[in-house]
Amino acid sequence: MENIAIIGIGMIPIKANYKTHNFADMAWETVNAALKDAGITIKDVENVITTSNDFWDGRTISCMAVGDASGVREKNCSCVEGDGTFGAFYGMARILSGSYGTTLVTGHTKGSESISSLITNAAFDPIYERALGPDMISGCAMQARAYMERHGISSRQTALVSVKNHGNAKHNPYAQLPLDISVDDVLNSEMIADPLRKLDCSPVSDGCCAIILANEEKAKKLCQKPVWVKGAAFTSDAYFLGDRDLADPRSLAAAAKKAYAMAGITDPARQVDIAEVYDAFSYQELMWLEGLGICEPGKAAHQLEKGRFNVGGGLPVNASGGLLSGHPVIAAGLYRIAECVRQLRGEAGAVQKDGAKIAVAQGLNGVAGQSHCVWVLGADK
Amino acid sequence: MEQDLSKVTPLVYESRIGVPYNWWAGQTASHFFETIAHDRKLAATKCGQCGKVFVPPRKTCPECFVDATEWINLSGTGTVVTFTVVSRKLAALGSRNPPVIFALIKPDGADTAMLHILGNIAPEKVHTGLAVKPVFVENPKGHITDISHFEPV
Amino acid sequence: MAKKRVAVVGTGQTMHKSHRPDVNGQELINEAVKTALADAGLTINDIDAIVIGNMDHFEGINYVDCWSVDGSGGWMRPIIKLTTGGTTGSTLAIGGYHMVASGMFEKVLVIGWEKNSESDTTGAITTAFDPIWDRLVFAGAIAGLAAEGMAYMTEFGITDKDAARVSVRDRKHACNNPHAQLRKEVTLEEVLASPMLSDPIHLLDVCPRTDGACAVIMASEDVAQKICPTPAWIWGTANRHTYTYVGDLNLGEIDSMKYAAAELWRKTGITEPRKQIDVIELYQPYSFAGIIWIEAMGIIPRGKGAEYIWSGATDMGGELPINPSGGVIACNPIGATGLIRCAEACTQIMGKGGARQVPGVKMAVSTGFGGCFWTDILLYGKEKPNF
Repeated sequence: MENIAIIGIGMIPIKANYKTHNFADMAWETVNAALKDAGITIKDVENVITTSNDFWDGRTISCMAVGDASGVREKNCSCVEGDGTFGAFYGMARILSGSYGTTLVTGHTKGSESISSLITNAAFDPIYERALGPDMISGCAMQARAYMERHGISSRQTALVSVKNHGNAKHNPYAQLPLDISVDDVLNSEMIADPLRKLDCSPVSDGCCAIILANEEKAKKLCQKPVWVKGAAFTSDAYFLGDRDLADPRSLAAAAKKAYAMAGITDPARQVDIAEVYDAFSYQELMWLEGLGICEPGKAAHQLEKGRFNVGGGLPVNASGGLLSGHPVIAAGLYRIAECVRQLRGEAGAVQKDGAKIAVAQGLNGVAGQSHCVWVLGADK
Repeated sequence: MEQDLSKVTPLVYESRIGVPYNWWAGQTASHFFETIAHDRKLAATKCGQCGKVFVPPRKTCPECFVDATEWINLSGTGTVVTFTVVSRKLAALGSRNPPVIFALIKPDGADTAMLHILGNIAPEKVHTGLAVKPVFVENPKGHITDISHFEPV
Repeated sequence: MAKKRVAVVGTGQTMHKSHRPDVNGQELINEAVKTALADAGLTINDIDAIVIGNMDHFEGINYVDCWSVDGSGGWMRPIIKLTTGGTTGSTLAIGGYHMVASGMFEKVLVIGWEKNSESDTTGAITTAFDPIWDRLVFAGAIAGLAAEGMAYMTEFGITDKDAARVSVRDRKHACNNPHAQLRKEVTLEEVLASPMLSDPIHLLDVCPRTDGACAVIMASEDVAQKICPTPAWIWGTANRHTYTYVGDLNLGEIDSMKYAAAELWRKTGITEPRKQIDVIELYQPYSFAGIIWIEAMGIIPRGKGAEYIWSGATDMGGELPINPSGGVIACNPIGATGLIRCAEACTQIMGKGGARQVPGVKMAVSTGFGGCFWTDILLYGKEKPNF
């Protein structure tokens, strides 16, 4: 694959409720932060991809709300509906196609402005499922049970993910929920949908993130510290939960395989230095690490217990605090990419993995992680 | 334009979107609901190429991409593949009150599981592998809730 | 310079109808997909990625890319959703183009669909508009279009009779198109006598509500001609999605079309579109647009549109036929419509138009429009571009 770089990132703090900002305000701040980070102006942005979801926004044509604030007025633009990792993928395709030298990709949600349970209920089939009342939490709870029973993983083990990530968030000024908690705190928190307790679940959040992609020529011209895209791929599993083996993240594994092949990574467990994965729920961090080939199936919990995924461990996972510490849907994947960029630039401060060269970021769409997009990023070309 | 927003209470405009929906079930789903109404059975489709039996029924096999032409009526008795007991009143539950037990149930004879609700069983008693059967309502309307719930065999 | 040049090698559409009670959404999508695969002589296993779109609030399904897989072929395949309102269909065509041109995917299936019968169209469209500033005072798509029509009439003195001539043309063309929903001619008198929806727009000046799906298969130059000996090459794309509030509009002169078209001509070396383009599939949701937007496109000078239409130049047999398919006034499954324009333009290039074929098509244009005055525009050629 031709060399593509990320030359700028912009984030705003993830909050429970951005009372003072509408979508355009969030986009405006985020885009300007990304431009400043890249050291460029909006004029250097050759096309724009916004990422949003019509249901969470309560607006059909949800991209309209952020277009102007994202600088689309005189540019070619488009909108991906799905996690920001997918938006970034399309943004990258538009550079690889030869059409544009740079792409600005943004993603936003204000979870505070709607009722997430109803929004995710709308992802279920209207004819056969929706009226029964499932949502993302109950759907993922079923996956959690399937995964935990398959591999004999306990709630104490999944709770460790929450303890780690909320703790990591204390070092992240952008995180919504930095917390000092213990495994017992997680196990004593309110049971929402067995086996998912409150502290096993990510919160409802508002957030917005932007990244700027560039081809090699533009990256050389415009950017001091580009981070390189080594590989990226996405794949979807079947739709009905009952069609899938919920304990087997096969679509993630397929996407990861493709991304690693593009990146020339043959042994992710050894070659990946840092990962930002989609921990919408505590058990998911474990499942996705296995799907990403960083652990054998069922083995992530044990490695977590040994400290491998802690800050300071062999492969810090969600050093940023992850989604458990703040989950703005849609923007989520862009935050994962942005956090990886900070690590690869050596700008992650207290949670920096020394000498991080290869990072993996992951985003997903659908209930119980049906469709995944995997990014492999590198400090070197 | 910097203003001191700390002295101002942000205006919150509350609104609801009213977009009513009527989804066409199509012939395949219609046959499924008719079979519940007339025969108290679950109608599944079988792919002529790979032999997989799908519940809910599919007009086309999603893997082979050929029309699944054979209908097979299943009793609906099957096994719980996975489940969850919802304890919090999540908004999507609508008029149902916790505890609500969602389960993926694999009917005997089918290769896929279907989502439904377990009833007539204490939450602590539910386990993966539990044998269950569908309970149908008296007056079916052509809706997934014509199956009231699944309960232990 | 495109990394890989891209051609459309197959298209498929459903027979569009006001409602399709016999199929659910996934099944509707599957019909178009199967037809396109058959047209290209491919199977779903030949497809490397899928790009799909619709306007969510028309069907009320969240994560349509995930939900669609049984019908779209997305099982264990890359699938991504694009949505930009009315321009969704053309946005999808542009998306498919980039995915193939990037070199990452050799054959991409592009799907646009809508089951408008499943919801309250105006109710859903209303949610597009800003809830604080616009939504309470400005409802639905038609009001905005009426304002545009009125502004143009005021400046150039045309009447609704001039617009009606456009409706007559498209409804006549639709009779040649087996896919079109409305296949009955209308007369000028009938259009003018039809109920006034929002002055100056009559019922027969606007598009119907449709259930339909369209699928287009794009392939890279490495394989395109092995799949289809005379594919339709995509020469270029451009768009402007510039509307945020209703007051932003330059009513009576559609800026987004003006700028997008100018960019497209510049990129592709078209200097005299009226002479060099052989057919246009224009996303024309109401008749007045047929006059106003071809001026913005640079086909004809500003103010001369009506005269051009009356001359018969845009009818079948004329110098530059517009909407040989019958266009949007005859059929409008919104999320599919822009992609149908692409499929129809490519059908013309590939010579597969049957009764609606314009003879000797070398260059074709398709456009997309969104209820907020957005424009997408694509150029197709029989010859492979050398850039």
